[in-house]
Amino acid sequence: MNAPLTRAMTLLEVEALRFNYGAFEALQGIGFQLHAGRFHALLGPNGAGKSTLFALISRLLRIQQGDIRLNGTSLRHAPAQVLQQIGMVFQQSTLDLDLSVEDNLNYHACLHGIDRHTRQQRISTELDRVELSAHRRSKVRQLNGGHRRRIEIARALLHQPRLLLLDEATVGLDSRARSEINQHVRRLCHDQGVGVLWATHLIEEIQPQDAVTLLHRGQILANCSAEQLCHQSGTASLVDAFSALTDPAAAKAAQGGVTAVVKGANQEVNL
Amino acid sequence: MNASAYAHAFIGILYRELLRFVYQRSRFFSALVRPLVWLLVFAAGFRAALGISIIPPYQTYITYEVYIAPGLVAMVLLFNAMQSSLSMVYDREMGGMRVLLMSPLPRSYLLLSKLLASALVSLPQVYAFLAVAWWFGVEPPLPGFFWLLPVLVLCALLLGALGLFMSSFIRQLENFAGVMNFVIFPMFFISSALYPLWKMQEAGELLYLLCSYNPFTYCVELIRFALYGQLNAQALGVVIGCTLLFTVLAVLAFNPQRGIVSGGVKKG
Repeated sequence: MNAPLTRAMTLLEVEALRFNYGAFEALQGIGFQLHAGRFHALLGPNGAGKSTLFALISRLLRIQQGDIRLNGTSLRHAPAQVLQQIGMVFQQSTLDLDLSVEDNLNYHACLHGIDRHTRQQRISTELDRVELSAHRRSKVRQLNGGHRRRIEIARALLHQPRLLLLDEATVGLDSRARSEINQHVRRLCHDQGVGVLWATHLIEEIQPQDAVTLLHRGQILANCSAEQLCHQSGTASLVDAFSALTDPAAAKAAQGGVTAVVKGANQEVNL
Repeated sequence: MNASAYAHAFIGILYRELLRFVYQRSRFFSALVRPLVWLLVFAAGFRAALGISIIPPYQTYITYEVYIAPGLVAMVLLFNAMQSSLSMVYDREMGGMRVLLMSPLPRSYLLLSKLLASALVSLPQVYAFLAVAWWFGVEPPLPGFFWLLPVLVLCALLLGALGLFMSSFIRQLENFAGVMNFVIFPMFFISSALYPLWKMQEAGELLYLLCSYNPFTYCVELIRFALYGQLNAQALGVVIGCTLLFTVLAVLAFNPQRGIVSGGVKKG
């Protein structure tokens, strides 16, 4: 069993991480820390390197340079120990549409070596938590996008990970479903002490007190709280701070009257 | 991770393979109909044209249907293996593979479990075919059905490993049709599934040589002998050797980054 974590403890350490796709440098020696029980937003436009970072943390890609440590354990040296402590919700749905909700959860739990009795208990608990117990025997194909996402979150928690990675988990959902999922994950941080790394380009999902790592073209531009980010960049909102840091020229032009485009509906910045 | 964690993971993989098989009823239907069409149409038509002399393991003259049955059993295994490797490519494309790879268990173990699970799923298909074939005069001795079991698992592992190895090099789902044409059909036709090797030799030395180097030939012969309660040691040796070779190659060739980099995770 995992030793209990206190909220101040460093859970995830990313250290001098580099990754190249051939000649293309996707990550250029980035480093940051995530604390237990914190909601940590990984903010960046498309192509920033967020998915690459997630693939490295979840060992879908092999680390080329640098290291990732979870609770002090190096992913390079003890990948199994690290993977046991990570739950992941991918950007692209990975549920088997032809199987039932229960079968999908059961499969995941089996892959983590959980015995039958514990599996059943945890499936019930997690389905209750996402309020989808009534759909336990439904085929995933019959569920809407929001429900599928919640099932994926439930699945990611079955093996009781300390770190939950969500890669653009709300993409394609309506604003109500997005908000519900965001609130649910925040409750997990608060109630369960799970550390959350939430990759997004939707600024509205970030709250002032959240830790934010701003990733752009494989480099970290800022690593502080959302409030501090606004303060340090001298902007009134996170949207403006984001624009100022990731595209200074556009931000300058926006001050001359184009701001409305950037601040459009939902304050969504999708570069 | 203790031994029971490994066992639970294997059970999970096997259960998923079974569920997918059960839910895809057309898969079972086609797995059954395909060899039956060969048995009832092709073999019936050739019965008069092809006389099969007494060759081991048969102790008397046999009808062409009886001769062709082991080849059709191997065909069921071959198509199941290719179906399984197709689902690997599909999982890789659609993201399902990542669920498997996020397991803390060694990837080689997960791949071997998937291979074995797929092999086990092919067994009911084979026995269903043999049960129907019984009604059409293919009546091997009953103990043969028992001896057949380990042989079927071994041959299914060989063909599954070959399929898994090939799936590592298939970048897109659409390319799989090419594999069907250039691997499955030559493997089946250039073997002893339809004609005995001595007939192939009569037809030409090159054809005979190709048949002799085709691992599928040895699967067919191993099945043929097992069905009649006998062991073909040469076929067993070749099948075990090829199973080990292709399994090692499949595990070494499996690169999770291929799916991630080419499609799954964008370079972002």
